[in-house]
Amino acid sequence: MKHRSAIRKYHAPIWNEPVITQMGSDGRRGLIFRESSQSYFDGIGSAQQLLPEGMYREDKPSLPELSEHEVQRHYLHLSQETLGMMGISLFGTCTMKYNPRLNEIVTARPEVAETHPLQHEETLQGTLHLIHNFDLILRELSGMDNFVFQAGGGAHAAYTHCCVTRGYHASKGDLEQRNEIITSIQAHPCNPATAAAAGFNVVTLTLGENGYPTIDSLKAAVSERTAALLINNPDDMGIYNPNIDEWVNIVHDAGGLCFYDHANFNGVMGKIRARDLGFDACMYMLHKTFGVPKGGGGPAVGAYGCSADLAPFLPLPVIIKSEGYYNLDYDRPNSIGRIREFWGNVPQVIKAYSWARAMGADGIEEAAEISVLANNYMESRLLKISGITKSHPNISGHRMEMTRYSIEKVTADTGITVEELSNRMVDFGIDAPWLAHHPWLVPQPFTPEAGESYSKEDIDYWIDVVEEIILEAYENPEIVKTAPHRQTIGKIHAGLLEESEHWAMTWRAYVRKRS
Amino acid sequence: MEQVKSKAHPYMPNSAGKTKAEMLNAIGAQNINDLFKQIPDKHRLSSPLNLPEQLLSELDLKQHLLSILSKNSNCEKNLNFLGAGCWQHHVPAICDEIIGRAEFLTNVWGTPSSDHGRNQALFEFCSLLGELLKLDMVGLPVYSYGCAAGHAIRMASRITGREKIIIPKIIDPERKGVIQNYCEPKNMEGHIEILEVNYEENTGNIDIDHLKEILSKDVAGIYFEVPNYFGLIEINGKIISELAAENGSETIVGCDPISLGIIQSPVDYGADIVVGPVQSLGIHMNCGGGVSGFIASSDNERYVREYNTLNISITETDIEGQFGFGLSLAGQTSYGLREAGNDWTGNSTYLWAIAGAVYMALLGPSGFREVGELIIQQSNYASKNLSEIDGIKTCFNSSFFKEFLLNFDDCGLTVREINKELRNRNIFGGKDLSNEYPELGQCALYCVTEVHTKQDIENLVNNLKEIIT
Repeated sequence: MKHRSAIRKYHAPIWNEPVITQMGSDGRRGLIFRESSQSYFDGIGSAQQLLPEGMYREDKPSLPELSEHEVQRHYLHLSQETLGMMGISLFGTCTMKYNPRLNEIVTARPEVAETHPLQHEETLQGTLHLIHNFDLILRELSGMDNFVFQAGGGAHAAYTHCCVTRGYHASKGDLEQRNEIITSIQAHPCNPATAAAAGFNVVTLTLGENGYPTIDSLKAAVSERTAALLINNPDDMGIYNPNIDEWVNIVHDAGGLCFYDHANFNGVMGKIRARDLGFDACMYMLHKTFGVPKGGGGPAVGAYGCSADLAPFLPLPVIIKSEGYYNLDYDRPNSIGRIREFWGNVPQVIKAYSWARAMGADGIEEAAEISVLANNYMESRLLKISGITKSHPNISGHRMEMTRYSIEKVTADTGITVEELSNRMVDFGIDAPWLAHHPWLVPQPFTPEAGESYSKEDIDYWIDVVEEIILEAYENPEIVKTAPHRQTIGKIHAGLLEESEHWAMTWRAYVRKRS
Repeated sequence: MEQVKSKAHPYMPNSAGKTKAEMLNAIGAQNINDLFKQIPDKHRLSSPLNLPEQLLSELDLKQHLLSILSKNSNCEKNLNFLGAGCWQHHVPAICDEIIGRAEFLTNVWGTPSSDHGRNQALFEFCSLLGELLKLDMVGLPVYSYGCAAGHAIRMASRITGREKIIIPKIIDPERKGVIQNYCEPKNMEGHIEILEVNYEENTGNIDIDHLKEILSKDVAGIYFEVPNYFGLIEINGKIISELAAENGSETIVGCDPISLGIIQSPVDYGADIVVGPVQSLGIHMNCGGGVSGFIASSDNERYVREYNTLNISITETDIEGQFGFGLSLAGQTSYGLREAGNDWTGNSTYLWAIAGAVYMALLGPSGFREVGELIIQQSNYASKNLSEIDGIKTCFNSSFFKEFLLNFDDCGLTVREINKELRNRNIFGGKDLSNEYPELGQCALYCVTEVHTKQDIENLVNNLKEIIT
């Protein structure tokens, strides 16, 4: 290995921006509202007079006082102090991709931004039309019969499925008996968690030697108590379970429902359909696979689709089309009711529709192909770096859109951990990669996902940086251990954040605890 | 080898034939299909995808979207009086600028160093909201007001080990529906039974006698809202929280943060856990896609250990005198504990928190006082003038903020008929409650905020006069 001269001399902006509560000066104003003491309020009274005794707030809240320009510059500085996909982000499982700006411009228009969900539906035909057409696109991709968009993320869609599962089994009179949901240790933590929050007991399957649970373990887990299976495929190690159709049969034979968590859809778009494989329901994350921005954690959408058999249980409302007119259907007696107010993160659904139209069938399938190709290209280069291995090396053949790697050997040789590797990567203008959900089945893991949005040169640069850091780990581990060096701030004292005398989720708490 | 297509896709650099061929060569694959051998043939699509035509040109796509969206009408073109959980407030220009910044808009989650600015903005959201609420613990937001209430109710149940919750009869049915799902069906082990407390007919206040009747030792908490669904200001907050405390139950209060410049924080009348909407803090209605919810409390571990939210804490760094931010207590969420974590945690509405931080910073103490004054006076002005119309009356003789009920029983028309006629005159009338609360007759929930002018209110008054006489 040799040091690469082409590595960029990146440095993050440093503004030393104070916490906003410490900024400003008495009497400054950032936003003025119309004078409220206008003559037309004569006879109305002041707020104090209009409120019941004891309910008027005498004290002014201890907020900072700043001018408009100060507030703007403060938050612009904070945005600059956020790497946020300005470099290269190959954050596995999150399917980082370009978010077309046309969609931001269109959804910021009053036709979307200034609409109220309770407007009469004749004034929202455009929005309903787009959402319905997107429902049709997802039906074609999945084979499902109906999609809804109320869920505010993938976990919320999993929760929606757990509620639908309750409704379905309750309608058959056996919810009390069917109180178990089966999932795998490789499923996202939100699957077991939402199952438990919905009231189910969770059965978690461990992995067999092929990287997914064995059929025998599934057979041993199903019973008359089985309510549903919540499973992803491929998983986030890029391993596809070739027996998934048989799994669905086993669960169905036991009387359970099957939910396909399509978090990792990017590598199989246009290749498989959840319904063709027998699944009763599935979920797509529009903020991952469908080109919608993530907003650093939402507003997001978990699009939930299901078979005609489960459609009566869908949350309210459901958009239906009849004779060219779009309606919001609230008259659904078997519905699970509400999982969130209104009908979803509408602008995000419109952005996803727009993305799907820009891609078309050919583009969507090509994106899947490119993301699998790019991952395998990455793999061929990463595995040439001494010290990097991949999970389940016994499984030959190409992984899907992700591969799980380990730097266990590097750690053994140099003491450098994968977190330290991450902290050093950001010194090169690269977002830290996804490691793995807990519990770590692979020691010192990291999981990049190349996707279809980053060029071969971007991917090469990403790998060059990893190679450079591993070289550093052997030659000068201190520089990696003490990283980052070219970032906005140094390494934080994270351990303290679990101690009640130290943590402070607000400035108030901080002042109280540190004074 | 792969066929080289004529045009590369603008979203996909590696769709250019040359790059694709280079990558295939590098891995020694003959063609793309070789890479998909993990998927058995019988799993593959039986028929090719049949999707609408590809719109590769940004211009075509824009024209397509705008032509369909032109079928919409909106609250800028019309005079809007709809609220009910999604409110038309002024969104300062800077809120939009900041959340449109690519670093905030498109990111996911990096290291505390690389994402310092985003973490600080989120911490500031919690800190500023904490000042409005006078509370030390504010979690990062959840999906909505109803979801915040649902999580808070489950928190109260875990804290007390009790499985009943009291909610008011006056509550948004949408929010109540969300809460019901959080409380699980009867035939499940973790079911939380919902008891509804009556309201006083004339005031809409919680019926304290009824509350005492249903408040038993197995009640985990009492949930109520200020302002409530009808905009009414509860006067018995202190009495309710004292009853709850004596009973070992938690007091959970829902409040609208835009009211907190003029209305007491729920802490001042004894709330243990406070929840509420975030949308009123600088976020467009977005057809309901602007909703978001917060959960807050004291910093007492009794509460903090039960949060399902992600939390950002301020801390020190390796560099002397420098502060940074990191996740705190993620280990108690589903990320750390899977099904044993507090409820569940996932993507939420964090971009709206940044808009909220900008909003609160812009308003400051005086802005909140002003906007609160303006909203309460304008809504009272509107209510007074509307109820002076023959055939229209108010329903409760209590204080209200931003929203109020109008009853149309005496005018011989249904709310539905009136709203249709208003719509023809470019006015979106208040939400029709005649199905939700049949005992109140033909009622509509009107919302008046700072965006309305005197002319707007007079316009509504004049049009309603014409319609019902």
